[in-house]
Amino acid sequence: MSPVFYILAAFTVAGGLAAVLLKNTVHCALALTVAFAGLALLFLNLDAQFVGFAQILIYIGAVAILVVFAILLTRGTETPREGVFSRSWLAGLVIAACVFSALGWAVLESARALPHETAVPSVTVHDIGAALLGRYVLPLEIVALLLTSATIGAVIVAMHEKGSAH
Amino acid sequence: MTPVASPLAGYLLLAALLFAIGLAGALTRRNAILVLIGIELMLNAANLNLVAFWRFSPHPEALTGMMFAIFSIAVAAAEAAVGLGLVISIYRHAQTTDLDQMNRMKG
Repeated sequence: MSPVFYILAAFTVAGGLAAVLLKNTVHCALALTVAFAGLALLFLNLDAQFVGFAQILIYIGAVAILVVFAILLTRGTETPREGVFSRSWLAGLVIAACVFSALGWAVLESARALPHETAVPSVTVHDIGAALLGRYVLPLEIVALLLTSATIGAVIVAMHEKGSAH
Repeated sequence: MTPVASPLAGYLLLAALLFAIGLAGALTRRNAILVLIGIELMLNAANLNLVAFWRFSPHPEALTGMMFAIFSIAVAAAEAAVGLGLVISIYRHAQTTDLDQMNRMKG
């Protein structure tokens, strides 16, 4: 384990914690961007350049902007009087802690059996493109259909309805 | 140094921690948009698992884990668009994004 991994892990976890703990919703969205950037750097650290840059483009460039738009459109910047956490926050926290301890126990128990290749994989964007249009062409087409229908669906769901009180 | 032997175990533990943080956020926040943020964190933790398994697998040239991560990112983008569209639509009807007040369908 290199020190780079520990620095990036601390950066990402701090961003994620801030994203779910901060009171102001806009600050949460900005902390989420920090967590996405940390994950992109972790992907680059794992020699997955294409996924790392796709993460920057899609998550930081599109999803984070979309979240900020949604917050501003719904007046989410006002902190509610009753606090930002729901009534059943303790149960949620216990469930999350149980899930983490189960996952961590499974990882630590099987740490000896995990694959341990040290050779850096030499995968170029050319290989990824050839695989996407060769072996994975059917999933690619399905994802294209899904993205088209999701875009149309999101517009229709968020569109003003005729005759609604406004 | 920690007792973690393989670097893959470190990435898996980090992904588990991020997943738990996202789950805690999705289960404890009142604001619907913050719940979606928690879900995005969980999806990203799963992607980190996929890419880490691809990197340390014996056959990275098969590209399976990386392809899974790429398709997962595409599906997550579609999910974010539809989810935020739903939140805006609900806000227009109920004038709130507080999930504790969205109890009209409660039995």
